[in-house]
Amino acid sequence: MTVHLRFFASLRERLRCSELDWELPDGATVDDLWGTLCARYPQLAALRSSMTFAVNREYVRADHTLSSDDEVALIPPVSGGIDVPDRFRAD
Amino acid sequence: MYQIVSEPIDVAAVTAAVARPSAGATVTFVGTTRDHNDGRRVSRLEYEAYPEMALAEMRKVGEAAQHRWPIEQVAIVHRIGAVPLGHASVVIAVSAGHRHAAFEACHFVINRLKEVVPIWKKEYFEGGETWVGSQTGKAFAVADEKPQP
Repeated sequence: MTVHLRFFASLRERLRCSELDWELPDGATVDDLWGTLCARYPQLAALRSSMTFAVNREYVRADHTLSSDDEVALIPPVSGGIDVPDRFRAD
Repeated sequence: MYQIVSEPIDVAAVTAAVARPSAGATVTFVGTTRDHNDGRRVSRLEYEAYPEMALAEMRKVGEAAQHRWPIEQVAIVHRIGAVPLGHASVVIAVSAGHRHAAFEACHFVINRLKEVVPIWKKEYFEGGETWVGSQTGKAFAVADEKPQP
């Protein structure tokens, strides 16, 4: 299946890319997507703990299962950098 | 009123948008671009949004405030692109029957906005530039209605 990726801010600059179509096996999760992205762009691996994901403009957890044509946004920390409780952390 | 704009924000218009005959208090918060951060002199600031999602999240934050406090209306306007120093980058207005709820709700809205609304700030300073938040290694809140299993 194909998902549509969107990158913003520091991530967009790091990848020199704001949008990308990405092939994944059916049933892949957000975590699986992250794994395939890191294989292609090894510089991403260190960012995992600060990254949050949105699918079709809703925040999701990393175990969220993706569907064909989903819009997946990789969201680096938003401006402000306020501390959040551990239970909300991305992983 | 929930808007993302690339022009200067009309603070009076945002305040006027929440005016109601039943409101005895209106609190307006104006976030302005600062000329220093972390001991560095900032020369320029730029904001970038994931606009479709940011608007939806701004609306959710406003609705959450309305659910939690006895308030009338919420308006949130965020500016993106280059924002000159000293200018408003975000304006929030909350109207309520009484001031206590208006102050508390407005405080909640700006804090929540900074946690969940996908808008990023890039600071340019002498000798470099940085995305604020991008080096903190901090994740932020996933929507409250999705608790961990």
